[in-house]
Amino acid sequence: MLAGRLAPWCAGLAAVLAALGLWLGFFVAPADAVQGEVYRVIFIHVPAAWMSMFIYLLMAFWSAVGLVMNTRMSFLLARALAPTGAMFCFVALWTGALWGRPTWGAYWAWDARLTLQLLLLFLYFGFIALTRAIAEPNRADRAGALIALVGAVNVPVIYFSVQWWSTLHQGASVSFSRAPSMAATMLAGMLTMALAAWAYSVAVVLWRVRPMILVRERHADWVVRLLAEERV
Amino acid sequence: MQWESWAAFWSMGGKGFYVWGSYGVTAALIVLELVWVFRQRRQTVARLRRGGWASGRIDGGEAR
Repeated sequence: MLAGRLAPWCAGLAAVLAALGLWLGFFVAPADAVQGEVYRVIFIHVPAAWMSMFIYLLMAFWSAVGLVMNTRMSFLLARALAPTGAMFCFVALWTGALWGRPTWGAYWAWDARLTLQLLLLFLYFGFIALTRAIAEPNRADRAGALIALVGAVNVPVIYFSVQWWSTLHQGASVSFSRAPSMAATMLAGMLTMALAAWAYSVAVVLWRVRPMILVRERHADWVVRLLAEERV
Repeated sequence: MQWESWAAFWSMGGKGFYVWGSYGVTAALIVLELVWVFRQRRQTVARLRRGGWASGRIDGGEAR
């Protein structure tokens, strides 16, 4: 299967990009004029937050495809994405807390963006719990798809929350409409780490979805053959 | 190069706890996720070989 050959390459790419990103982040980028060294949390915080939102949108996308086209594969992809999205969501919250304490004076605040990001984590947990709790695959797929689609509304609200409300969380340092408000080397480190997070997600999701496909398609000839030939 | 010594690097301007706490937990979660994914895969393949899921309760495609 293509997925099996692609995943190790993506994982290797992720490792190389992460090493490059960390080197840029820790050894090339200077200390921040205001925050000093602690800002270096940014190199995981922002990529993790981006991934947590993007993966949720992907889950919603595959859920919609599954509902409309009635394709089993897309539901499985949505399910395989959820744990990795939840992981990045937790990382964004965790690193945000550890960054917030020295800069804002608090690990946590009921700020719009922080609260909505916490809601995103619960949406991930809800999706995972629901799809696992329902024994009948088709019903589990459809129930999960509903959470994924309804919860997707939250993602743009998180993204624009810092513009819509006056929040503790700072505005976007990087946006589509204007030049980034950070040093070029800091930006390079952050974007490299974001690419690493992408490659990692592709690899781990492909690795997770393969056994799920085998189980779902266990009566298909090709699965029976693969298992018999010990090629999995 | 940004650092005068390794000690300065590890102390992160006195904010080492926050910086390394962030990176440490992230790295640990990534390792855990990878271990979990590969264990899941091994168990699923083993169970399929034994004829698991063949009859009875359908597990919904989750590898458990």
